[in-house]
Amino acid sequence: MIAVIDYDAGNLTSVSRALTHIEVENAVTSDRDIIAAADRIIFPGVGAAGSAMKSLVRLGLDQVIRQAVADGKPVLGICLGTQIILGFSRENQTPCLGIVDGTVASFSEVFAASGIKGLKIPHMGWNRIQMKIAHPVFAGIDESDEFYFVHGFFPQPKDEAQVLATTDYGIDFPSVIGSGNLVATQFHPEKSGPPGLMMLKNFSRWQPC
Amino acid sequence: MLSKRIIPCLDVHAGRTTKGVKFKNNVDIGDPVEMARMYYEGGADELVFYDITASHENRDIMIDVVRRVAETIFIPFSVGGGIRTLEDMRQVLLAGAEKVSVNSAAVRNPDIIARGAAAFGSQCIVLGMDVKKVEKSEKIPSGYEIVINGGRQYMGMDALAWALEAQALGAGEICLNSIDADGTKDGYELTLTELIATRVNIPVIASGGAGTPVHLKDVLTAGKADAALIASMVHYGTYTVAGIKQYLADQGVRVRQTW
Repeated sequence: MIAVIDYDAGNLTSVSRALTHIEVENAVTSDRDIIAAADRIIFPGVGAAGSAMKSLVRLGLDQVIRQAVADGKPVLGICLGTQIILGFSRENQTPCLGIVDGTVASFSEVFAASGIKGLKIPHMGWNRIQMKIAHPVFAGIDESDEFYFVHGFFPQPKDEAQVLATTDYGIDFPSVIGSGNLVATQFHPEKSGPPGLMMLKNFSRWQPC
Repeated sequence: MLSKRIIPCLDVHAGRTTKGVKFKNNVDIGDPVEMARMYYEGGADELVFYDITASHENRDIMIDVVRRVAETIFIPFSVGGGIRTLEDMRQVLLAGAEKVSVNSAAVRNPDIIARGAAAFGSQCIVLGMDVKKVEKSEKIPSGYEIVINGGRQYMGMDALAWALEAQALGAGEICLNSIDADGTKDGYELTLTELIATRVNIPVIASGGAGTPVHLKDVLTAGKADAALIASMVHYGTYTVAGIKQYLADQGVRVRQTW
């Protein structure tokens, strides 16, 4: 069973609906015991880093997620969930979980610093990913496949080896990160049509070594 | 690089898809859930549903349609029509829509944009704008005026000023509909689209007037739109989303081609 972590961060039912559609047993929950008992965890989220971190701490879920990663359980981060895994977010200057060393950068700050003009923020719509490292969760995904993004911030792991894929939006930003039993996407697989569903299916079977 | 989005739009009346010209003479053209599935499988990047009844007794029917669509398609979709309160927004989002679109309710009460964005995030809030070309004046410097009630009521608001205000209030996207072009199949209003799309920092979906794939190419290149709304072009089988995308790709417009 996959536990989809519910921490008052946006519409989580879409992740659950996508899993149900591909016949993967799942529960949307903030119950620590259910999460601890789950085989795998999806950590989704839409919204702002500041309020999301507050909710996580209030529900005691920050420790639950750290523990799941430490236990070697397959964990999939999505969008805001992916960002919160890092150490610090430029959004609301928020200290985050620190499971992956690094920061969450802002497109507007990066664009301003590098003189990139004319690109709308958020980065909203369909874009491709360039795999840096082959990964079982992305088996069968082609480089021409596109995924649905909507975000103004992006993850920047300190260790380049944790960048599994990048996406081009003015800059090549990390769009899939992870290591070991953790994989995390900046895009929304649950809203990305058949390639997104395939990725979720792959995750539901993934046995990290 | 982002792909330009092609977005079929379905007008829903009492649980059925309809199509009329300039908001009149609506005829039944099918089940919205089945049409959603067909467009999803056919490569649509997103869908837009407008509840054109928007009366309170039909609210529950629409929510049920939204729920069934959300179980069927796995791309984003937005729902508009009759969204007046935060509670209306919440119901639609909980039923599985990615975004809600507000139009006349925001004209009457702009605060709904700010409150919606604060409650659900800017990415959820689409401002629908119905616009008519008028003489340029002190009050309407852009020469484009906001209208409501299908174009029957002029609001004395400049379209560009309203787009900028809505962006400042927290709208995450604009769906820009030219009432003059709507239903004509003569092409999108390129001047209007370019004016708004180049002045705001949020994505703009062009709407109204699509008749051929060339019109989409024009609005996505010269018109600078981020996405194009289509309806009758595809509803009657004249064109397919895949065919339109192939044409756009051949013309050098980046679109999503695998699904």
